[in-house]
Amino acid sequence: MTQATAIAIRDLTKTYKDLKALDNINLDLEPNRIYGLLGRNGAGKTTLMSILTGQNFQDHGTVQVFGHEPFENDATLARICFIRESQKYPDDFKVHQAFAAASLFFENWDQHLAQELMKEFDLPAKRKIKKLSRGQLSAVGVIIGLASRAEITFFDEPYLGLDAVARQIFYDRLVADFAEHPRTIVLSSHLIDEVANLLEHVIVIDKGQIVIDADAEELRGAAVTVTGDAAKVQEFVGTAKVLHRDALGALASVTIESQLDAGRREQAKLMGLDLSPVSLQQFVVRSSLSSASERVDEKSEAWS
Amino acid sequence: MIDDSKPIFIQIAELIENDIVSGVLAEEAQVPSTNEFAAFYRINPATAAKGINRLVEDGLLYKKRGIGMFVTEGAPQRLREQRREKFQQQFITPLTAEASKLGIGINELVAMIKTSSDT
Repeated sequence: MTQATAIAIRDLTKTYKDLKALDNINLDLEPNRIYGLLGRNGAGKTTLMSILTGQNFQDHGTVQVFGHEPFENDATLARICFIRESQKYPDDFKVHQAFAAASLFFENWDQHLAQELMKEFDLPAKRKIKKLSRGQLSAVGVIIGLASRAEITFFDEPYLGLDAVARQIFYDRLVADFAEHPRTIVLSSHLIDEVANLLEHVIVIDKGQIVIDADAEELRGAAVTVTGDAAKVQEFVGTAKVLHRDALGALASVTIESQLDAGRREQAKLMGLDLSPVSLQQFVVRSSLSSASERVDEKSEAWS
Repeated sequence: MIDDSKPIFIQIAELIENDIVSGVLAEEAQVPSTNEFAAFYRINPATAAKGINRLVEDGLLYKKRGIGMFVTEGAPQRLREQRREKFQQQFITPLTAEASKLGIGINELVAMIKTSSDT
């Protein structure tokens, strides 16, 4: 029997004192895709991932990973790899020993890949983990994440310690290995534009709620920034949903959530307006702020 | 090469179409694999596959089982005809709009085009 979804989340809520870290989350993750889990600091990303990996448990709702609750479920947990920035290793472990330990835990472990990656990241196999630089420590985490070949692998911002060159090595290796060995990968990152092209599906969390749950390709081109004479911009924008406005004298720049067909594009050109694309990062940033202001409006309505 | 203006799979399809029109990819030539595209453009393999499949659906590429994707016979000609139809909207309209902005009259514009074609 084939599993329809890899992860099924229903009505998930987690509260800390009076703060709802996760507020009624509903989500389905299909197998063998690269997901982006994006959001601000404190939005709930890490809380969600720690519940999915059995390190924390929910106050309300259900989580099913391959059809089972992950909490205290060793069989399910063995199929998951969770790499986070503050990864802790036994104090005196050397790099190669950390990999040896990982190889025992993950049945799909590829030692050959781990060794190739060690060379690419310039990681000294015999050095003690506690003596590694920040970048080298991040590389250890990233290598374990890739070489584990776990059916579900979460990367929770483990590449913040990596420099730009090392991050590019990671992205390239990730794409290549994913192509050869498809599995479910969840990338959580602040560096949205860097990972944007690798993602197949985008999930954005803001203040414990899902604000975007969409195919990456649908988001690309879903918004556009219209710049030009303020009055003409307003005429062109009409009733389209506005994500952001900027003004500079008589000039206006408005970002709208709208897909423009060839006819509309031609109209903009004839009106002397400039159309510029909106990157995924910009779209996510604008959507978060936009939804925040909507919630503020809801609250003020509740008070009146 | 790949930008934020539209879905990546469409950009991949267009890049391959460009190569077919220009002759870089000849009729019956083999096209790189999905994974090769993904690695080269640093994109998700599923996205690369979507772009290639679009061209297969349009009949511009065909699949030889176990070998790979190839350019269909007649594809260059078909694409050229499609592009002729779009030429007005894609090139002429922006040209005349910009010329109008700059106060370049139609006669001057025609003279400029003639000069450009001669060189």
